[in-house]
Order: sequence, then C-alpha cells, then structure tokens
Amino acid sequence: MIEDPFSKGDSFLHQANPVVKIISAAALTLVVALSKSFIPVFAGLLVSLVLLASARLFCGTVFRRMAAINGFIVFLWITLPLTYGGDVPMSVGPFALSGDGVRLAALITLKSNAVFLFFVALLATSTVAELGHGMEALQVPPKLCFLILFLYRYIFVISAEYNRLARAARIRCFKPRTNLHTYKTYAHLFAMTLVKSWNRSQRVREAMLLRGFNGRFYPMRERTMTGHDRIFLAGMALTVIIIVLMGFI
Amino acid sequence: MHISEGVLSASVLAGGGALTVIGTTIGLKKLDYDRIMSVAILSSAFFVASLVHVPLGPGSVHLLLNGLMGLILGWTCFPAILAALFLQAVLFQFGGIIVLGVNTFNMAAPALLCSCFLRSSLSAPGFKGAAAAYAAGFFSVFLSSFCMALSLALTDQGFIKTAEIVVAANFPIMIIEGFITMFIVSFLTRVQPEILGMVRN
Repeated sequence: MIEDPFSKGDSFLHQANPVVKIISAAALTLVVALSKSFIPVFAGLLVSLVLLASARLFCGTVFRRMAAINGFIVFLWITLPLTYGGDVPMSVGPFALSGDGVRLAALITLKSNAVFLFFVALLATSTVAELGHGMEALQVPPKLCFLILFLYRYIFVISAEYNRLARAARIRCFKPRTNLHTYKTYAHLFAMTLVKSWNRSQRVREAMLLRGFNGRFYPMRERTMTGHDRIFLAGMALTVIIIVLMGFI
Repeated sequence: MHISEGVLSASVLAGGGALTVIGTTIGLKKLDYDRIMSVAILSSAFFVASLVHVPLGPGSVHLLLNGLMGLILGWTCFPAILAALFLQAVLFQFGGIIVLGVNTFNMAAPALLCSCFLRSSLSAPGFKGAAAAYAAGFFSVFLSSFCMALSLALTDQGFIKTAEIVVAANFPIMIIEGFITMFIVSFLTRVQPEILGMVRN
C-alpha cells in the first residue's frame, strides 16, 4: 500500500546531502510555481528532466505517478476553458472556449509537472529518515521533525494492522456497497484501528522512556557538507537565478 | 483534497503559509513530550485512513476524517496534518512544499473549528451527541472544500466557477464523512473513551 521506491539508488543525487536537496527543491519550486510566463516554466521543466536523468530515475513508476497527480489538472482542463471568460473566446461546436482559460490551464499543467519532477529527483531520492534529520539541521522545530519521523515509522505498522481487520471483514463476506451498513463497517474497522494505535502508543512510550528517551533521535551517520554538496548547491543557486531572470525577458 | 503546486498566487501561498505557521506553533506549544507518541501514532492511523477508499455509487472516495482529528487532537491537529501532508508529498508526490501551508490550513482550520464548537456536546447522551459527531464530520469537509475554493477564488477571479464545482462535488463526501465520524465517535465512547478525552487530560 505504501512504499518509497525512489529512495534506493546510488546516483549522485541519492548521495547528496539532504539539506542541500531540500533547499534546492524549495527554491526551484518557488520560482517555477510563481512565474507567470511560459519561458521560465519551460526552463524549469528542462532542469527537472536533467535532474531526473541524473538521478537515473527515467522509469515507468515515475511516469505512472505522474499520471496520477494529473487528476486535478484534468479537472482544471475541463472547467477552466469553459468557465474562465476573457476577451477572445474561441468556439468549438456549441462551446465557447476561453483563450485565457486554455493558456492558464496549459501553464498550470507545465508548472505542476515540473514541480513533481523536482520532488522525485531531489526529495524522493532521500529516505524520510534522512529528510527528517535534514530538516532538523534547517532549524525546523524538533517536535515537528519528531512527529514526521515517528509518523513515517508507524504508518507501515498501522496500515498492516488495518489491513488485517479489513481481511477479517472480507473473510466474513463483507462486500462494500453504497449503503449505511458499509459505512458503519468501515467506521468500526477504523475505530478499532484507532483503539489499537492508542494502546500501541502507550506501550511504545513506556518502552522508550525505559530506554532513556529524551526527545531526540540520533542518526547513525552525521551528515556534513562535502565539496560535492557545495558545488551542487552553487549550481542550483545559479540555475534558480537564471530562471528568475528569464521571467523578465 | 489537495491543490497542486503552481496553481495559487504568491499572496495566497504566503497568507496560507503564515496562518499554518501560527497554528503549528500553537499546536506544538500545547504538545508535550509526554503525549507526542500518542499523537504521532494516532496521526499515522489517520494517514492510513486517508488511503482507504469507501464506495460511493459507481466510484469510490477516500476518507479525510479531519473533523475527527480535530475532535481528538485539538490544536495539535495543525502539526499532525502538516506532518501527514509533508509525508504524502514525499511518498506519493501529492501536493508540494510551497503549497503545503495552504493545504494544511484548509484541512486543519475546519478541524479546529469543529473541535472548538462541537467537542463539548459529544458526550451528551442520545441524539444530541450523535448529531454533534455527525456535524463534525460533515462541516469539517464542507469548510475544507470551502477554504480550498476560497484559495482558488482569491488567486484569480477566473477560478470562481471551478471553485463552485469543487464545493458541489464534495457534497456527497460530506454526507458520508458525517456518518462515518458519527459511528467512530460512538464506537470510541463505548470502547476507549480516553482517546476522545485526550485534549482535556
């Protein structure tokens, strides 16, 4: 149900410092997401493809994920051209298509996909544990980092727990349909999952206190900035500046 | 219910981000290390719930349960939802980093409102308690879709029709969430009432 297939690999991006990757991903996303013209967005898309290639992730999984995130985009393509209005409507059959609406939908499509690829190439190439420690290094509140690390640690456990209950329901011939019985069954399945999670959390808390937990996780490997990381960060900074400048052309 | 990256304007992103920072700061202040384990593991349960699809006519919808999250976690729902959305972004690439603030606010603010107004009526016996739980499920999704529509409409006037469709399309989900939240609350009241009393303790 849940997996992170992109974090395994030995490319240059997989080995780069997570702190550097988080900063680069945030900066690139910011400039691409906020640009109003096509040229910087195209440049961003190009950069994202180069990053994807250097992470050696040109594979089916990436493009399947890409199709999945385009659901909202399809929805925008259906609604925006018909409802946006604007001065130069084109008409196709009985529908009046707004030129501005089509332009906006196209711009959003390119932006979203470029940002998706930044995400895959820069963030999904680190494990969540590495990202959590990277964020701690970036002065994100420790409690929030703890929450993220612990959430990641337990979603697999809780999802197995839920699946066990769901399997038991299926064995008892539970067939989901659109009726109150189905919703009540799902509610009880999930409520039972909550009860189990609650009891588990009490046990985990006690076990961790016994082992002297003081609110901090210690990574096995402390990351330091290497020469490669500095060069990569400088390259990314330069790319971001160039994309910003392209917006003024 | 995510807005993808690249849709919203800078002012909406900044506004949503600022509100989320405020909410998260308050939420983290109220969260001590004694309860952090329970919050983290309950949040992972909610994360799993968001992957569960329940049938609706020919298709299916996935649960949000942010109303229930608000009822159980109170202000802590801000950091919990922020952490969950961040993980969704990293694991499934839904949403993004810059739009995280807006998406978190759209989910967490309605959850918090439900918690403020409906928590006290939950323990009432019979119809009143059940109605409060139903309302928490219904209105949290309604307000979330309203906030999402508002962030689209504030970005560009041209999005207004799209925004109206978002709210209308979520209407069946509101009804289902209402029922599911009601059943869960009644189950928890009977089986493990401490979970619902977490904020007070």
